[in-house]
Amino acid sequence: MADPKHDKPTPHKDEISGVDTTGHEWDGIRELDNPLPRWWLYVFYACIVFAVGYWVLMPAWPGLHGYTKGLLHQSDRGELSVALHDLSATRGAAGQALVKASLEQIEADPKLQAYALSAGASIFGDNCATCHGTGGTGGKGYPNLRDDVWLWGGDLNAIEHTLRVGIRSTHTDTRQSQMPSFGRDQLLTGAQVNDLTEYVTALSRRKADPAAVSRAAPLFQAQCAVCHGADGKGNQAVGAPNLTDQDWLYGGDPNSIHTQIWNGRAGVMPSWEKRFDTATIKALTVYVHANASGQ
Amino acid sequence: MAAIDGPKGTASSGAGLLAGLLGVGVLLTIFMASRTHDPRFMVHAYIFMAAFTLALAVLVIGISADRFVQSEDKYEDGVIRAGVIASLFWGVVGMLVGLVIASQLSWPNLFYFPEFGWLNFGRLRPLHTSGVIFAFGGNVLIATSFYVVQRTCKARLAGGIAPWVVFWGYQLFIVLAATGYLMGVTQSREYAEPEWYVDIWLTVVWVTYLLVFLGTIWKRKEPHIYVANWFYLAFIVTVAMLHIVNNLAVPVSPLSSHSYSLFSGVQDALVQWWYGHNAVGFFLTAGFLAIMYYFIPKRAERPVYSYRLSIVHFWALIFIYIWAGPHHLHYTALPQWAQTLGMTFSIMLWMPSWGGMINGLMTLSGAWDKLRTDAVMRMLIASLAFYGMSTFEGPVMSVRAVNALSHYTDWTIGHVHSGALGWVGFVSFGAIYCLVPWLWKRPRLYSDRLVEWHFWIATIGILLYIAAMWVSGIMEGLMWREYTSEGFLAYSFVQTVEAKHVANMIRALGGLLYLSGTLIMVYNVWRTIRGDVAALEKNAVLVQPAASGPAPKGAAVAAE
Amino acid sequence: MWKHHQKLERHSLLLVIVILVVVAIGGLVEISPLFYLESTIEKVDGIRPYTPLELAGRDIYVREGCYVCHSQMIRPLRDEVERYGHYSLAAESMYDHPFQWGSKRTGPDLARVGGKYSDGWQVDHLTNPRAVVPESVMPPYAFLAKKDLDYRDIADKLRAQRAVGVPYGDAMIAKAATDLETQADPFASGGTALKKRYGPKVNQRDFDGQPDRISDMDALIAYLQMLGTTVDFTTYKADAGENLR
Ligand code: HEC
Ligand code: HEC
Ligand code: HEC
Ligand code: HEM
Ligand code: HEM
Ligand SMILES: [Ca+2]
Ligand SMILES: [Ca+2]
Ligand SMILES: [Cu+2]
Repeated sequence: MADPKHDKPTPHKDEISGVDTTGHEWDGIRELDNPLPRWWLYVFYACIVFAVGYWVLMPAWPGLHGYTKGLLHQSDRGELSVALHDLSATRGAAGQALVKASLEQIEADPKLQAYALSAGASIFGDNCATCHGTGGTGGKGYPNLRDDVWLWGGDLNAIEHTLRVGIRSTHTDTRQSQMPSFGRDQLLTGAQVNDLTEYVTALSRRKADPAAVSRAAPLFQAQCAVCHGADGKGNQAVGAPNLTDQDWLYGGDPNSIHTQIWNGRAGVMPSWEKRFDTATIKALTVYVHANASGQ
Repeated sequence: MAAIDGPKGTASSGAGLLAGLLGVGVLLTIFMASRTHDPRFMVHAYIFMAAFTLALAVLVIGISADRFVQSEDKYEDGVIRAGVIASLFWGVVGMLVGLVIASQLSWPNLFYFPEFGWLNFGRLRPLHTSGVIFAFGGNVLIATSFYVVQRTCKARLAGGIAPWVVFWGYQLFIVLAATGYLMGVTQSREYAEPEWYVDIWLTVVWVTYLLVFLGTIWKRKEPHIYVANWFYLAFIVTVAMLHIVNNLAVPVSPLSSHSYSLFSGVQDALVQWWYGHNAVGFFLTAGFLAIMYYFIPKRAERPVYSYRLSIVHFWALIFIYIWAGPHHLHYTALPQWAQTLGMTFSIMLWMPSWGGMINGLMTLSGAWDKLRTDAVMRMLIASLAFYGMSTFEGPVMSVRAVNALSHYTDWTIGHVHSGALGWVGFVSFGAIYCLVPWLWKRPRLYSDRLVEWHFWIATIGILLYIAAMWVSGIMEGLMWREYTSEGFLAYSFVQTVEAKHVANMIRALGGLLYLSGTLIMVYNVWRTIRGDVAALEKNAVLVQPAASGPAPKGAAVAAE
Repeated sequence: MWKHHQKLERHSLLLVIVILVVVAIGGLVEISPLFYLESTIEKVDGIRPYTPLELAGRDIYVREGCYVCHSQMIRPLRDEVERYGHYSLAAESMYDHPFQWGSKRTGPDLARVGGKYSDGWQVDHLTNPRAVVPESVMPPYAFLAKKDLDYRDIADKLRAQRAVGVPYGDAMIAKAATDLETQADPFASGGTALKKRYGPKVNQRDFDGQPDRISDMDALIAYLQMLGTTVDFTTYKADAGENLR
């Protein structure tokens, strides 16, 4: 080992490689005095040269009042504007036509319609499928958009209006209407709600307790017919569903029906006017309409 | 167990002081627990209190039984033995949690429990990352650094019982962090999630660690400081700097488990990734390079390849690493000039990183046959190959155009685990396989065959893991940006989630294999420690060339 | 040249000091300009501090670790802007202590999720994500609706936020608890005062569908529903030179 005071390393040569070591030794470990590998050094230099070149071209070094902008004056945000512009070029004439054409015209023109369907499908996946399910088949509380059964109307204009203003949304002109919470707010007694549950079950032509149904008939006319109609076929002006079909928003078993009469749930569909431009809303409308093989 | 056969001999006055501090700590934590109305803070106050009380009891008994001695002519190895056991324990825990979260992403219906919010992915993921990096990796680093610094300085660890304070203080930090994550105590800073009071505790422990390490270097008998110790020093000092700055925060109240970062938004983001990237650079790289610089030449019985390369790559590495943080923030609201610096410095970082790999690999020249005969050596060298791979992949991912694709995707996860499983994991396993016979004075490991099995099972696990993540990462990155011919996004987000399902399952399988390898190692180590070791056969794998005898007596070097 | 290095190898303190200097440089040069360069944070209208309920919700977002799967940083790339909305500005997180940009998108970006879905959907989704999105891998958070929000320290939270630089006034701190209760109750009388303090766009609703209680779910959804909704993009000139940085 080296003399501590004077630190004169003991000269030493590694036999296997024939290279000198530095003469130091730690717990039996020595170090060869090999030079830096050439290729290593040159690649390192090349990386440095690349970096310097990049600094010259691109925004790079901060100073006290600003930063070096680089010869290329590149900016991601600037490039994005260009990219979005190019995109509207890809979308081309069809994109512009969508804005100008009426909904009916779009459906009438196969090319335009195909284009709208493609756009609609794309937007639907990220924004609507989360509620209405992949492909729009719906789920509990979220209507099926493919069955041509509509709460608020299924023609092109009704759908477009729904999309723009939403249902019970925060939009000022939103589609409104609310089924009262007959049970919770004590508008009806528990027994009455039970009877009405039987009545609604009967409406959809299923087995129900006849005594309860007849007890509930006048109640239905007094309390429910304003919205759901005397025959229970619903009213799209107030978004009241048809209770005589087999298509249920919240489920058609007695329990779900009872809950709805007791609690009067009111689903919310957001308004999309602020998020999407006119063309997008039109495309979505056509897409939804077409997929429901609509009215 | 380890604590008992630790320090022995004459009572040190340090122990008395420590006992006093612990007493104050107990009182303080009782006060805090009784005053807070934050239940999570209360749990932590009690954990602190229990730990302090226990430590106090051990100390008092120890002092009265005169057990705290230091004989300067012996190495302090008890704390290292404890560190090896702790590393294995936390390694298994951390990887098990990794397997659980990998399963959650593959089979969400089976691995989520609606009634147990604390087992949700959001809470377990930090448990996994901290578990493997800080609990497993940290213990490996502390244990090996204590071993290496003693051997290369020929001096006993400095500070009397301070090394034990570091060890147990660090375990307490881990327990606080882990229980905190499960309860939802987090600052949401990746790799620095523990809350303000845990951060303060870690600062105390870390400074003690630095002093022990430096103190030992001061006592060294060899005038020059060995290269492994440069790396350990850089790791300890820089982590202290990063930790303190990144965790600056204002607590909601002194009795609250929650705090708000001193910085906000864009500044906070860069401070965090300055920290985060250099947690990689100094914790997962510099620290483990230090391990490499001792264990590879030692095991190969060959000199380190190039002293000059050590110097150049050391300084280049630590200087350049610090600048690379912004590559975690490409295309974000971080000003573009900073992104440019992050990218270019990452590219310049390539060769300095590879310097360590070259120095390690070339150290084997003249002993290449060991790759065939010695599975531990093979593990160490494989770790360097993975290190080389991930430090090539890293600069590639730092190129902004590449990062536009890779960022936010599983590609990053693949990169992380080629570094974490391949480099950090393997070099740690290699070092532990070396250390166990040395520390427990066994002629060899219980079974070399089992090391062989460990190596291959883990290697297949890694390959499955990273291949799956490359595929799923690049696939989802491409799907996100895919447009239809009419110019509309081709896929919705959930379609990409669905598309990753198979890759997620393969990743879980890879993780299972890797964990199995670790369990094999635990078994092997346990049998070795128990002493189920046959006498050294002819041609058997070498253990330690020179017996790890006592440190020679004599004055410290006058070099300082 | 190699000779000089021996000084460092022989003096551990010198080695430590030189290491510290070498590792300090990069951070200093990169981070400090973010505090003084004017161009770092865009000038925009509409950014406001979080209401007490939103802040409590944000703390839950942090507590549950939503950030490990969800980013809140839309990059200026074509597909992201189309999928998630206008790219995120630095200004939008200027009151975010800590920031929540995230680094992994196991789930979609949430920077502009505010208003995208109904409160009811958020409740359904958080309660059981796979009930509404069958392909989802997101954990269920049903317990949030069963837990009353603990907001005893809400004023302390605002005070701590003020200490780190968020402009909460004395009145905001004094009224923190009332404001929180008001926001979760559509019929509360304090609505006007709340909106005077935090702006007219503040949502005042029962977010979790349980009108009789303020739950963790109320707070979290209040936070989600305001994400990305504050900046007035009609007055922001995205293509102005100073904003292209
Ligand atoms: C937050 C969940 C949610 C999202 C997102 C959503 N919807 Fe809806 N949508 C609903 C609910 C709930 C209803 C039914 C409201 C009711 O109960 O009356 C509805 C109703 C509709 C209706 C009327 C159905 C009828 O029978 O009259 C149409 C059309 C519709 N949605 C289309 C869309 C489209 C297109 C999108 C995407 C741009 C979309 N929705 C996004 C929840 C949502
Ligand atoms: C003020 C209007 C209004 C009145 C009065 C009203 N409803 Fe409704 N009802 C609605 C609306 C609107 C819906 C759809 C709720 C939604 O879209 O979320 C609905 C939904 C329902 C449903 C659920 C249908 C499904 O598809 O799941 C049932 C059952 C029902 N009503 C029964 C009744 C009965 C029985 C009464 C009388 C006791 C009644 N309603 C009175 C407006 C009304
Ligand atoms: C395991 C990862 C994971 C965690 C943790 C997680 N999420 Fe999600 N999240 C997802 C995935 C995947 C989706 C997309 C599928 C879906 O809608 O469920 C998603 C979707 C969402 C959405 C719908 C976004 C949109 O635009 O469609 C919201 C809102 C959301 N998560 C909020 C949260 C909140 C709040 C938390 C924490 C309490 C959280 N998530 C935790 C994975 C996660
Ligand atoms: C030259 C060396 C390296 C460079 C330049 C580099 C670069 C990168 C880049 C560009 C990312 C992706 C950031 C993003 O898009 O979010 C990343 C992530 C990461 N890398 Fe590396 N890497 C290097 C080496 C390593 C090594 C050796 C490890 C060791 C284990 C490692 C661990 C990680 C981790 C943990 C992350 C994930 C951070 C996060 O988002 O949570 N890296 N690295
Ligand atoms: C059994 C082995 C392991 C398995 C199954 C596993 C699994 C996982 C999973 C599923 C994730 C989350 C990825 C995501 O969010 O999409 C993750 C993240 C991570 N793991 Fe592991 N892991 C294992 C071992 C390790 C080890 C040994 C280390 C480090 C030494 C490590 C370091 C990390 C890091 C740093 C992250 C965060 C990555 C990021 O944020 O970008 N893992 N791991
Ligand atoms: Ca922390
Ligand atoms: Ca409520
Ligand atoms: Cu990095």
